[in-house]
Amino acid sequence: MAQAALKLDNVKKSFGDSQIINGVDLEVVKGERHAIIGPNGAGKSTLFHLISGLYEVTGGTIALNGSNITNMAPHKINRLGLARSFQITNIFPNMTVFQNVRCALLWNKGYKYSIWHLCDRLKKVNLRTEEILEKINLAPLAKEKAAVLTYADQRALEIGITIACGADIIMLDEPTAGMSNKETAKAVELIKSVTEGKTLLIVEHDMGVVFDLADRISVLVYGKILATGTPDAVRCDPKVQEAYLGKETVECSV
Amino acid sequence: MSEFIIFSLLNTLIYGLLLFMLSSGLTLIFGLMNVLNFAHASFYMLGAYFAYQVSLKVGFIPALFLAPLGVAVVGMLVERYGLRRVHAHGHVAELLFTFGLFFLLDELVVLIWGRNPVDYQIPAFLDFPLFTLFNSDFSAYRGFMLVVSIAMFISMYLVINRTRIGLIIQASLTHAEMVNVLGHNVPSVFMYVFGAGAGLAGLAGVIGGNYLVTEPGMAQALGPIVFVVIVVGGMGSLTGAFVSSLLLAGLQTFAVGMEFSLADLFMKFGVNVQSDGIIGDILRIQIANTRAMLPFLFMIIMLIFRPKGLLGVREE
Amino acid sequence: MMENNTMENPKLSVGQVSQSQSMLPYFVKTGGLFLAAVFVAAILPKIFDSRFALSMFNQMGIAIIFALSYNMLLGQGGLLSFGHAVFYGLGGFGAVHVMGMVNNGDLALWTEFLPLAGGLFSMLLGFIFGFISTRRAATPFALITMGIGELLLASSLLLPTFFGGEEGISGDRMTGITLTSFKFAQSIEVYYLILFWMFVCVIAMYLLTKTPLGQMANAVRDNHQRAQFIGYDPHKVRTFQFTLAAFFAGIAGGLFALNYEMVTAENLGMVPSADILMMTVIGGITYFFGPILGAIFITFLQMVVSNVTHAWMLYFGLLFIGMVVWAPDGLAGLIMRHQPIWKANRMKRILPAYGLALAPALLLFLGVIILVEINFHISLSIDPEAPLSIMGISFRAQSFPPWAMGFTLVGVGYFLFRKAGRKVSRAWNTVMAEIKQEGV
Repeated sequence: MAQAALKLDNVKKSFGDSQIINGVDLEVVKGERHAIIGPNGAGKSTLFHLISGLYEVTGGTIALNGSNITNMAPHKINRLGLARSFQITNIFPNMTVFQNVRCALLWNKGYKYSIWHLCDRLKKVNLRTEEILEKINLAPLAKEKAAVLTYADQRALEIGITIACGADIIMLDEPTAGMSNKETAKAVELIKSVTEGKTLLIVEHDMGVVFDLADRISVLVYGKILATGTPDAVRCDPKVQEAYLGKETVECSV
Repeated sequence: MSEFIIFSLLNTLIYGLLLFMLSSGLTLIFGLMNVLNFAHASFYMLGAYFAYQVSLKVGFIPALFLAPLGVAVVGMLVERYGLRRVHAHGHVAELLFTFGLFFLLDELVVLIWGRNPVDYQIPAFLDFPLFTLFNSDFSAYRGFMLVVSIAMFISMYLVINRTRIGLIIQASLTHAEMVNVLGHNVPSVFMYVFGAGAGLAGLAGVIGGNYLVTEPGMAQALGPIVFVVIVVGGMGSLTGAFVSSLLLAGLQTFAVGMEFSLADLFMKFGVNVQSDGIIGDILRIQIANTRAMLPFLFMIIMLIFRPKGLLGVREE
Repeated sequence: MMENNTMENPKLSVGQVSQSQSMLPYFVKTGGLFLAAVFVAAILPKIFDSRFALSMFNQMGIAIIFALSYNMLLGQGGLLSFGHAVFYGLGGFGAVHVMGMVNNGDLALWTEFLPLAGGLFSMLLGFIFGFISTRRAATPFALITMGIGELLLASSLLLPTFFGGEEGISGDRMTGITLTSFKFAQSIEVYYLILFWMFVCVIAMYLLTKTPLGQMANAVRDNHQRAQFIGYDPHKVRTFQFTLAAFFAGIAGGLFALNYEMVTAENLGMVPSADILMMTVIGGITYFFGPILGAIFITFLQMVVSNVTHAWMLYFGLLFIGMVVWAPDGLAGLIMRHQPIWKANRMKRILPAYGLALAPALLLFLGVIILVEINFHISLSIDPEAPLSIMGISFRAQSFPPWAMGFTLVGVGYFLFRKAGRKVSRAWNTVMAEIKQEGV
């Protein structure tokens, strides 16, 4: 079997007395689109924060492409090739849309903390920024301040920043939250196109989106992975049906 | 030696409680509104000046109640018509506003009362030695300061632990965002807490102004130390503010009595170091003379080893 | 409703080409402005050749560098420092000590480069202090910078070798070792040196905003958490930005040392730190040129107003609070708000309203001045009974008419100003609505 892009081994997290993540084992295979679903409060966002380094784990290990990243600082994890978006729009509000995306390219292109390059002169960086803006359909708004964009545009920008890092593992935290149906459909297309050839880990509430996007699904309930498998297998898993999909009667084709 | 220790401890207690009276108000305001009130020490100064003015007309005891009340009203007006207005411009604007206020209140005090210290005296009926220890007097006024401070803290403790508004304040100290969404009339709570914090600082001014000195520079002299207190204690922690008030008061009080330097220390071990330049300067520094810089040095060391303070809960 | 400056660029599709095209006139425009500024600055002392004017120009040049360096923290990095003068003062001390070494023959350095020595000295200490203080932004940062300032001020008396005690350290700038033919015997020579360093620093600081570090400083200011997830360590970004700001403040301090040939511990204390903060905010922190305006405007007022009244600090404080409350983007923001109206050639539509507001504003202003001056006369003069003179009119401060006059002016002025203010905002809204309509 190919080396896992992301491998969680018995990961635990507690805040004070309350244990939120109770020993999660998870393997995300290179190149797959993997979705995490689960009821509210199951710990999906917490799990994202643990993987991306925002929170420190209480126990267990996390490996990225085989190297241990447990409790590493977020920026170091990012440099190793993992980028994420946030559930709440998390952009640079007082900078232009163009600058928002360009900033996300700088580290990856090797400019670090440079004071001897002028960003406007970095042809490749600016070209790539424009490509990404085209992809996320924000090219016409490139010069606008990010703060004045509509909600859906800000969500698109959020994804743009995330993919600009050049990481090969992309983690999206509820990218379609709060969107209308039409916007959601557009967002799904966008996600499909920008994660082409990359590994995607996504948290999503909208089951339509999940079953449309994901190659494999993991179900997180009460801080534990209940089941992992293809959409069909998960849909038919009796444990999952009982715990999560609940009253919905699901037709199983297996 | 024991005389030095006992008197230093008593002075630590008086000074420490005075610091806590200031830092507790500051912590409450910071905890609730997430705004550090740079003008907080200015309210302390206003308290002293108000008390001076009132005690000229009607005596010290009425001033003890009227002056803090007056300062509280000023505080509420500042919150209602100043701070609330700049709130929309963001966090930095709020800090800038309170900083400007600090600057302006200094100048207003000069405008009204002049640049020289005013003659705000300890009331005659408290101006006698309470007891004498090792030939040194402990004045009744110091005892009075202790009583007022302690009474203040008991009532503050009761308000915070036994009342509804106290519950809101407690909750907001740890979970500021949550309180806002719970549907309390947050603006008016803000106004009252800001007023109460200002009033506390005013009270510190009433009892501290005549014990120390009432002059336009008094806010600038004490303000930075109060900020050190809350940084060292951990921003937003009342207990932390209490501990670090006493700690810093002790540090400063005990330092005053220590008149020796590093060079003296070396001498004790029989090493006579003599050096010119900046090394020599450092060796010759008397600990007593470091009084003014000790709190800041302590703060920096604290920040290097424990950035969130003694009992800090919030990371950012 | 007045902050629609983001709408000034109606949607244009930005390809690489259109972007580089739009860069060109921009460079020509700023370049032209820059050359004009150099020209004006160069001939300024020929037009105003009094000693007072020259010392004011020198102070302005220094203040411009200092204010811009402050804005590298506040405006660009979101770091509110209450102790930036630490690096101004240390730069001064660094330069004056080096000056002393040159005079003693221990070191050979062109006088023209002394400010740079100050800058490098500040930069070194800026790195250390920056590392300690920038772990967190916002309030903790503000408090730590204040603490460092107080610490250095308090330690200055204990370390007389470096700080020179209460008298400070003085030096002689005529070291005889110069690169140019300047001897620096006259202030005018110092003026041109300040001018040179000012333009170098302004360009450098402007370009820095365009570098990866400068851009990331903005990013960290806006959202330090997000910056981490694009590979940057916010603490490092802030530390580097802080170090660079300290460098430029140090150059300003070095120029101060050269200009006054004397530095005291007060130069690194709370007072100059507060001054530069207020200057920068009044000028405006959201635009690069804001602090330049602030430095020129406030230095001018400082030197002119403090000559005629004790109350300068009070007026300064009032101006600052007024700006924070009503014009948080400062003078630069006030000017830039008019850009769309200016472009649409509609300035004449709002000027009458401004004119209408000007009269009551002056009344209000006059009333405040009368009241402040009366009070200051009573509380600060050696002889409060002596007559006070405002604008050539002498009177007794204790008499009733001036008080009544003051309060009436303030009251009437305020009332009318409120009325005029509504007129202004109405005129403004109409014009903006028109522009928007045409733009679409």
